[in-house]
Amino acid sequence: MTLTFPTTFKILDDIRSFVGDQARQAGFNAKDIYSIQLATDEAASNVIEHAYGENPGEQFDVSCEFQNDRLVIILMDHGKTFEPSQVEEPNLNADLLERKIGGLGIYLMHKLMDEVRYESTPAGNRLTLIKRKG
Amino acid sequence: MEINTKEFKHCDMAIVKGRVDSATAPQFGKALETIIDRGVYKIVVDMSGLEYMSSAGFRALLATQRSCKRYNRGEVVLASVPERIREALELAGFTELFKLYGDPLEAVGSL
Repeated sequence: MTLTFPTTFKILDDIRSFVGDQARQAGFNAKDIYSIQLATDEAASNVIEHAYGENPGEQFDVSCEFQNDRLVIILMDHGKTFEPSQVEEPNLNADLLERKIGGLGIYLMHKLMDEVRYESTPAGNRLTLIKRKG
Repeated sequence: MEINTKEFKHCDMAIVKGRVDSATAPQFGKALETIIDRGVYKIVVDMSGLEYMSSAGFRALLATQRSCKRYNRGEVVLASVPERIREALELAGFTELFKLYGDPLEAVGSL
């Protein structure tokens, strides 16, 4: 199932409900449901903030499907191409004063999901998040 | 998201309820800033009513912690952190940066 959302942060509640319901129906446990919601939130927030520079007039798609043993979530946007390898990973060993704040969302996405894939396609930027059940 | 501040003798308590994400994190951050603007650098964040927090919320906490710990004038501690949120804080490496307490009043007593 695919839903289209405007590029404004207030839709994050709806996105979390959307993927949360799908995850619940697929039989994921509470911890995994929360992880799936958080990862998708982080991904969507990045799309809104970076792909469109927080321009509220645009749209992006979120699809969510349970295939075999995994939940596959795909975010498609038509904004600026994003190069995730250019984002520095947060230095978790740095003390408070040194620790960089940026990159935290992407870092969490990778920790929370089993697979994270970025693709730049003619149709737009595609971000795929996969969580395997059990 | 709802945030209220309660003043104690030696610290303030920020009581946050609901969900902190990119939409509501600015409001959350603002409330913490307001405490600091009043010259209070010892802050307990009571999370017992918190349902959800994304990295936007974590960033606000980190910015506040930096301000409070500067010149050793105080710190931010977290109380009654829900299990899911504690797990996410741990993933993000934040459990090393904040003391966690089970009970908010215990946290107040520690500052």
